[in-house]
Amino acid sequence: MTTFLRKRIVSSAIPLVVVVLGVFILARLTGNPVDLYLPLSATAEQRAAFSAEHGFDQPILVQLWDYLGQVVQLDFGESLRTGQPAAEMVLEAFPATLQLAAVTMLIAIVGAVLIGSLAAYRPNSLADRTSSFLSMTAASIPDFWFAIMGVLVFGVSLGILPTSGVTGGPEVWVLPIATLLIRPFGVLVQVVRGSMVAALSAPYVKVARSKGASEQRVVFGHALRNATMPVLTVAGDLTIGLVNGAVVVETIFGWPGIGKLMIDSILQRDFAVLQAAVLLTAVTIFLLNILIDVCYALLDARVRQAVPA
Amino acid sequence: MNPLPGTATAEPEARTGEPALAVEHLSVDLHTASGTVRAVDDVSFSVHKGRTLALLGESGCGKSMTALSIVGLLEPVAEVVGGSVKAGGTDVLTLGRRARRRLAGPVLSIVFQDALAALNPVQPVGRQLGEPFRIHHGLSRREAKEKAIELMRIVGIPEPRARARSYPHQFSGGMRQRLLIAMAVALAPDVLLADEPTTALDVTVQAQIMQLLRDLRAERDMAVVLITHDLAVVAEHADDVVIMYAGNVVETGPVREVFADPRHPYTRGLLDSVPERAEKGKPLPAVGGSPPELSNVPPGCVFQARCPLARERCADERPRLTATGPARAAACHFSEELASV
Repeated sequence: MTTFLRKRIVSSAIPLVVVVLGVFILARLTGNPVDLYLPLSATAEQRAAFSAEHGFDQPILVQLWDYLGQVVQLDFGESLRTGQPAAEMVLEAFPATLQLAAVTMLIAIVGAVLIGSLAAYRPNSLADRTSSFLSMTAASIPDFWFAIMGVLVFGVSLGILPTSGVTGGPEVWVLPIATLLIRPFGVLVQVVRGSMVAALSAPYVKVARSKGASEQRVVFGHALRNATMPVLTVAGDLTIGLVNGAVVVETIFGWPGIGKLMIDSILQRDFAVLQAAVLLTAVTIFLLNILIDVCYALLDARVRQAVPA
Repeated sequence: MNPLPGTATAEPEARTGEPALAVEHLSVDLHTASGTVRAVDDVSFSVHKGRTLALLGESGCGKSMTALSIVGLLEPVAEVVGGSVKAGGTDVLTLGRRARRRLAGPVLSIVFQDALAALNPVQPVGRQLGEPFRIHHGLSRREAKEKAIELMRIVGIPEPRARARSYPHQFSGGMRQRLLIAMAVALAPDVLLADEPTTALDVTVQAQIMQLLRDLRAERDMAVVLITHDLAVVAEHADDVVIMYAGNVVETGPVREVFADPRHPYTRGLLDSVPERAEKGKPLPAVGGSPPELSNVPPGCVFQARCPLARERCADERPRLTATGPARAAACHFSEELASV
């Protein structure tokens, strides 16, 4: 297991480095912060002084080298906007995003396992066809459209839900979560159904029945665990998508998470904050991937052994 | 004339009294997209404890379908439309799902052919072998595991205690088949059905598995129904044989008598195509043609299209299974013509 972990960590660390490099360079393509932060009337000397203070006058490779040197010391620089340490701002915003993603995935997985299993138990029944149609629809709806329609109908016309913001009771969660939920939920129902149909028709399920196992035992004891693998893969992918997709939802609903922070930093050419936010997101995805792999290995002995020592 | 080497060694004679399994007039329909077809047509046979009956036939002849109807594991597209299956003192076809589950293991049990697929890949084998005891005897996980280890020892798995924690993919094909058999005989069923238990194995392992089944049959006093297409396996390991063709029984009786003196042209054709019996230097005889589509079974004899004896009567009238000896029968209008003189 430790060998397995070590191998996975090493192989996932490479993309992490690539992401860090990519963001550093791409951010600098968005434009020069000097134009944004200094008034148009600023003199050439003032502009040069500003650039020199923040290191923007250096060649990009030198800037990159300095940046990497700081990152290794866990120094992520300060925000151009507020002067606050970038790390602090990012860590403040991150829990809001994590909460949103965690609650969404929890609802999506539990709901999809129940509905998908039910649909798979009797393929082509009315329940199966209804859930297939609805989940397909859910998976196909664009989230920004759904968010805007949600605000229009429930926030503006009916006035029963807030249009944005985080102040208030549990109702502030409804629209952001519904928006984030709809696609993963639809996709997961389809995946659970598909893998459960396959698992339930496997010979070992027939064997379990030949031992006199009850239907609960057959479905939850034998089939579900085998059906978990593909579900886990897709759920992991969707969770990663959620951390990214938070950008849209947080912007529309004014949710003070890392997605909103990223958008604001880009608009403000606040490189240090942007880089810290992307780095944290990348690390989260990196950890999430390892977590998924560990889950695989725990669920299936064949995976544990597939990795040569 | 001795048809095949080692034909039916000295076995106890058929016992009197209730058979462990009695199948009578069993018919099964398959509901397919292009209509309903009869996959098993009026099949009857019975087997006593301590004896082995072989269901012999080509792929698609209905032998596996017969076995699955007996243990109640037919796919939803298949439906039992007639007949009875008596085991454990009742007609199991009339029982509800719950009552039937109670018989699955202690009374009726089945071994499937592909042991890798038949074992759950994500559970240690010890847990799977202990499951019958958990379900039917209400044992705890720990007690069931002890039972599982005991079973593994009985079927000849080395170091059973350590191996109980292993997963199916960590065993060889022969060992997996042993595990599957162990699971099926866990509760000493009255009747053990074995659906092509050795098809996926090489010949030496095949012989070991068949010997294991034979030992277990004696030790646990089970009736064994062996589903196979392998004539040599039938000759060596079965007492009685039921030969099926296109869902119908064409001949039945003690293996020794049927193989020595077949009374149905299909049986004769099968036996003639065994290499050991053929004349040297001549092409190996084969039963020409292929079985009819189930959707297109002729009104008369099911075998007429491939039969060397077929005449007009065969096209109109389906031959009934009629006695050709004290314990045997064949479904052919002209079975006397085949009788060896």
